[in-house]
Amino acid sequence: MEADQVALVEQVAEQHRHHPVGQFFWVWGGLLILTGIEVYLGYQNLEPARMLSMLMGLSIIKAGLIIAYFMHMKFELTRMRWITMGSLVFCLAMMLVFLPDAFRLLHLGVGAR
Amino acid sequence: MADVAVQHGTAQVYEPSLFGTYSKKIGMWLFLLSDSLTFGALLFAYTYGRVSAPNWPTPFHSESIRNATLMTAFLLTSSLTMVLAVRAAVDRRPKAQLGYLLATMACGIAFVILHGKEWSNLIAEGLTLPVFPTVPGHHGSKEFMDVAGTVPQFAATFFGLTGMHMLHVTLGVIYLGVIALRRKFIPILLGLWLVAWLATPAYSPFHYGAHVLLVGAIVCSVILWLKPKMYDSGDVEVAGLYWHFVDLVWMFIFPLVYLMSTKIV
Repeated sequence: MEADQVALVEQVAEQHRHHPVGQFFWVWGGLLILTGIEVYLGYQNLEPARMLSMLMGLSIIKAGLIIAYFMHMKFELTRMRWITMGSLVFCLAMMLVFLPDAFRLLHLGVGAR
Repeated sequence: MADVAVQHGTAQVYEPSLFGTYSKKIGMWLFLLSDSLTFGALLFAYTYGRVSAPNWPTPFHSESIRNATLMTAFLLTSSLTMVLAVRAAVDRRPKAQLGYLLATMACGIAFVILHGKEWSNLIAEGLTLPVFPTVPGHHGSKEFMDVAGTVPQFAATFFGLTGMHMLHVTLGVIYLGVIALRRKFIPILLGLWLVAWLATPAYSPFHYGAHVLLVGAIVCSVILWLKPKMYDSGDVEVAGLYWHFVDLVWMFIFPLVYLMSTKIV
């Protein structure tokens, strides 16, 4: 491996050494609790769109915790955070542009204009 | 840049990293960004089908939900052990690193086995795809046969999405096995392939799916033969990124696929 890469690996390892291990257990516990809340919601007879938005909200919080702490993103440089997460959110949001069409099918039927 | 640095006689020969980290990690992040679009498209297709079909089935009884919740707990725990493996690697504690990596792999294997059991039950009950062989001597339940008949996109999106994820978990276990055990993992992987192939009946999709392990063993053998090395903390961290991503994706599949289709009695 190139010398600069070796140095960077050691620099990142040094960052890891300063993170308290206890925070990972807190995040793990939080994720399990959020999963429990999701399962509870799954048994409530809610309207699908409302249920979908609540479950997705909780999932986004869980995803944020995993990315920030387990995947170390919270401790990366600001530009790394913005470029990776910004491009991801933008691309995924572009897919959602088509979602209203699903509601059209639901409310108006396939033959409606 | 290097020439300029040498001319000035500084120790900083290389241009500093724009993102403050090493290339392998940036490469893995780029791969994960592209892979998240693959899963994003599949999840979007599932959501679209779920919203647009008023008669969307809710076939998952409490047994399935319990099973999927347990699978989620296994994946979350595997992420914890993975992050502890990274910490052990940076602290240069090889025994702890190996132990945590093996624990992560064990959680991943438990996930795949539970998921395989779930798939097999659903297929036997009649929720199946045309490409899957029929289960001999088993006619399935009317409830699931109806689902396959009235909303065929349910089975297609369910097996497509969860199958893609199961493939990722399997590849993740292989990846971690190589990082943890290097060449010693190849015979273990071949043993797992033989067990998975011979222990599943010929009509099971896993009878053929087990060959992923054989392909994995061949690819890993080539990689380890071409580039044998001792994996450092950076390699463990990069493998961990992949593993956490697999966990992350399940955090969306579990509520979308299972909880949105829970049978409430």
